[in-house]
Amino acid sequence: MSAKKAAAKLGTDEKILQMAQKVHRMGMAGEDPLFQVPSRTLANVNFNEVKRIIEMGEGKTNREFFNLGQSKKFMQTMLVAEACNRLVAAGKTNSIRDLYYMTKHTIAGTRENTFDDQAESDPIIEDLEVTLDSLREELHLFASNKGAMVGEITLVDGGDTIDARRMGTGGWSVPSIVEPDVVQFKECEAKFILLVEKDAMWRRLNEDKFWKLNHCILIHGGGQPPRGVRRLLHRMHYELNLPVYVFVDNDPWGYYIYSVVKQGSISLAYESRRMAIPKAKFIGLSSADVEKYQIPSEVTIRLEDTDIARAKEIMAYPWFAGNKVWQKEIQRMLSSKVKLELEALSAKGITFASDEYLPRKLKEKDFLD
Amino acid sequence: MANPAPDAQSMAKKQREISVADFFAKNRHMLGFDNPRKALLTAVKEAVDNSLDACEEARILPEIRVEIRKIEGTDDQYVLSVADNGPGILKAQIPRVFGKLLYGSKFHRLRMSRGQQGIGISAAGMYGLITTGKPIQITSRPYKSKPAHFYELRIDTAKNEPVILRDDEVSWDGPGGSHGTGTRVDIAMKATFFRGRQSVDEYLEQTAIANPHAAFSFLAPDGAERAFPRATQELPAEPKEIQPHPHGIELGIFMRMMHDSPHRSMGVFLTGSFSRVTSQAASKVCKEAGLPLSAVPADLHPAEAEKIFQALQKADLPPPQTDCLAPIGVEHILKGMHKEIGAEFYAATTRKPAIYRGNPFQIEVGIAYGGKLEGDGIARVIRFANRVPLQYQLSACASTKAVMDVAWKSYSLQQSKGSLPTGPLVVMVHMASVWVPFTNQAKEAIADYDEIRKEFKLAVQDAGRKLGSYLKRKQAAQSQAKRRSVFNSYIEEVVRAYTAITKVDGDDLRQALLETARRKTELAEQLEAMKHKAPPEEMEGTLVIGPDGTPLIPGSKLEAERAVAEAQAAEQAIEDARDASIAQAISEIVGTDEDSVTDLDALIESAAPHAPVDPKPKVHRADTPPPASKPQNLNLFGEDD
Repeated sequence: MSAKKAAAKLGTDEKILQMAQKVHRMGMAGEDPLFQVPSRTLANVNFNEVKRIIEMGEGKTNREFFNLGQSKKFMQTMLVAEACNRLVAAGKTNSIRDLYYMTKHTIAGTRENTFDDQAESDPIIEDLEVTLDSLREELHLFASNKGAMVGEITLVDGGDTIDARRMGTGGWSVPSIVEPDVVQFKECEAKFILLVEKDAMWRRLNEDKFWKLNHCILIHGGGQPPRGVRRLLHRMHYELNLPVYVFVDNDPWGYYIYSVVKQGSISLAYESRRMAIPKAKFIGLSSADVEKYQIPSEVTIRLEDTDIARAKEIMAYPWFAGNKVWQKEIQRMLSSKVKLELEALSAKGITFASDEYLPRKLKEKDFLD
Repeated sequence: MANPAPDAQSMAKKQREISVADFFAKNRHMLGFDNPRKALLTAVKEAVDNSLDACEEARILPEIRVEIRKIEGTDDQYVLSVADNGPGILKAQIPRVFGKLLYGSKFHRLRMSRGQQGIGISAAGMYGLITTGKPIQITSRPYKSKPAHFYELRIDTAKNEPVILRDDEVSWDGPGGSHGTGTRVDIAMKATFFRGRQSVDEYLEQTAIANPHAAFSFLAPDGAERAFPRATQELPAEPKEIQPHPHGIELGIFMRMMHDSPHRSMGVFLTGSFSRVTSQAASKVCKEAGLPLSAVPADLHPAEAEKIFQALQKADLPPPQTDCLAPIGVEHILKGMHKEIGAEFYAATTRKPAIYRGNPFQIEVGIAYGGKLEGDGIARVIRFANRVPLQYQLSACASTKAVMDVAWKSYSLQQSKGSLPTGPLVVMVHMASVWVPFTNQAKEAIADYDEIRKEFKLAVQDAGRKLGSYLKRKQAAQSQAKRRSVFNSYIEEVVRAYTAITKVDGDDLRQALLETARRKTELAEQLEAMKHKAPPEEMEGTLVIGPDGTPLIPGSKLEAERAVAEAQAAEQAIEDARDASIAQAISEIVGTDEDSVTDLDALIESAAPHAPVDPKPKVHRADTPPPASKPQNLNLFGEDD
């Protein structure tokens, strides 16, 4: 947490207290107690053309207690706030999975649980973040580690020096919270960062010492990168001046990973300002690669109906809509009716990605932007 | 081959007149005396039906005592005793009423009554005689001031004539020690006593439903007593006797009527023996048949009689009058079902009279749903003809077929194709008619005439719609109750979190939220109720019983409220008229000095002879409580509570 922020804002515990007092005030007045939750939907995000990032709009939805459709979520929000309040008071941090268990119990006199699944409590946490305007770490929460990094950089994590050149086959596990008070950067010889969508390709490149040969940082996020990975990318990009290249499947989900890294995500639009990297570039796989790299058609996968629908959705996002290159890219995938996984490159040879594909892409600066 | 074929002469030796009594002794199954189980029920039924008919005809609220006692030293012999507080039977009539088949007042006229042929009670006596050798005993007192007379009779089956074995005067307290008029019948018979379906218990239960004005008590052979109190003090309207309509008569009966006719001419016979035949119509019929209007009915040849009959069938006559019917009525169906069936919802409907084959009839249906009724089986259909339960031949009955014809799914009930619906449901069906067409002599099922089945179906649909509408509204109310319980359980969680965050006791918040939850769901309930509110015509004829056993929506509430309002308006009008009259009278007769008016009533009468004084509103004032004082009951359950 930066010093500037701490000074400008109330403490998390004070914000939670105010929230509870508001419920009391409204309840005692015989009103319908409600929280005003900034909406985390496409309708409430704006694409800032100047900053080239997605920003959350002013739209808020009322979460009312006396509304059958919202009553449970209201109650759950209270429980999550109370649990966070306990963490803050105790000066401890917990994983969001722990928080799920802190707040899960059977409601007295019923057979209903407050939460049935972590998938239920996670969005409530995000709602609470935006409602209180507190970041997750300010709520003393973190997600489980997801993603790994190797490369030509030395850093300090929780006081321990990490040499990312000597992390073996598994790499350094990227923590959920990588703020400067936790993670500091030391020597860095890397020239760029390669974000790989999946663990499998990341392992291929690590085994081939791609990062050593090409002087870069190799990082993956296990699919859609979590906030820890995105925040780390953002910090390295801005603090170390490293360009970021995104290496994902050629399908709508790959496109959206790139989109999230570059512009920010819709549901976490409030985090864009400290996570989005507008200069990030798309290195592959592109729908043009099948022809350019003569990838055999046997390894392509037929587009499903859901792929087509999602692709059309992405094409219509404001940040893609006016981009001719991207319209062409997605349109080409749609008309080819096939998608391509990163691993398909192995059909051209075990080390084809490390030895030929990526070096050629980098050399030719064959990026989509 | 050795025996010669019988010829006419040898056959004639074997031919002789068979007495009606003899015939029925051999064919007793036709009368419902097939086996000892059924015989007991049939005997009870015949005796009770006679008692009810007699009481109602004499305008007495029936009070009937049924006792069944085992005869000591036997395994299967019982004495059935049925006593009523009816008008009694004249001494001279007793032997023929009880000791002769086909004797009675009911067959010869068209009038809505329980018994029709006058076979029943004497057949029961005959069955008793055949199976035990013991005679039937009758005690009756037609005059309060005189002692009762006592008879022991047996029927001479060969001659269909009563044989008097004992003839005494006795002292008798009457049913319940009333010392009034009444009749008691004792029949010893071979029987099997049991409970459950098609039992005496079931018969009495069902009879109590269709006759809420009657009180029954029952002593079973095991010493168990059961009482069926009455639910109304109101006797059914007296059914009118009508003459047969020509379109409802059969040729054989028509010929017999002609043959027995005392009338001197066809014209008088036709107009005098039938309803809806004017002298104009009579002359047209005779002309059509090619016979003079003056022909003597008793002298006509069968061929001529048939011509008249055919002409009569073709004649364009107005339909028979229907004011001869006395249905149970919606309110009494609701009361009757409510007192014997512990359901949560009742709906009833009475159709307008209709005609089958020249006979007027009227269909009524009652539905009971939920409450103590069992929910997993098929619905129970209880059938009545002229208020008499029909306990056998369920599937042969037109009414059952009509219940199956109805699409119950549209009333939120389950139903397999072509069968009865399933669920906690009792469907009561009643046919009132001067002549109920049965499928057999034992009067167990109503014959399947299109007109009758259609009326049954329409009535069931009408009551079914009310049930469907109730079930929908109930569902809506349940969802509200569910809403409230959801809020209430979440309130605890919210308050607990609030207390943990603020370290302040949240009891005030709890109370405030609970109150808001109550208010919110109440409001929603009202909105919901308005959305699902049944139109007034669907609310009528229903009765909803709350969890505490008291009626929530009295069936005829709307009607009753309207009646009360009308009565009050009428009274107000009269009082206004009185006031105006008084003022006028005072000014005209005695000037301005009011004190000098001594006989105010006389003055009013003389001053306001044309005031619309309707005696009815006064009756209303005396009987109907003002709506504000008893809004939930409105006199529907006033009597017994």
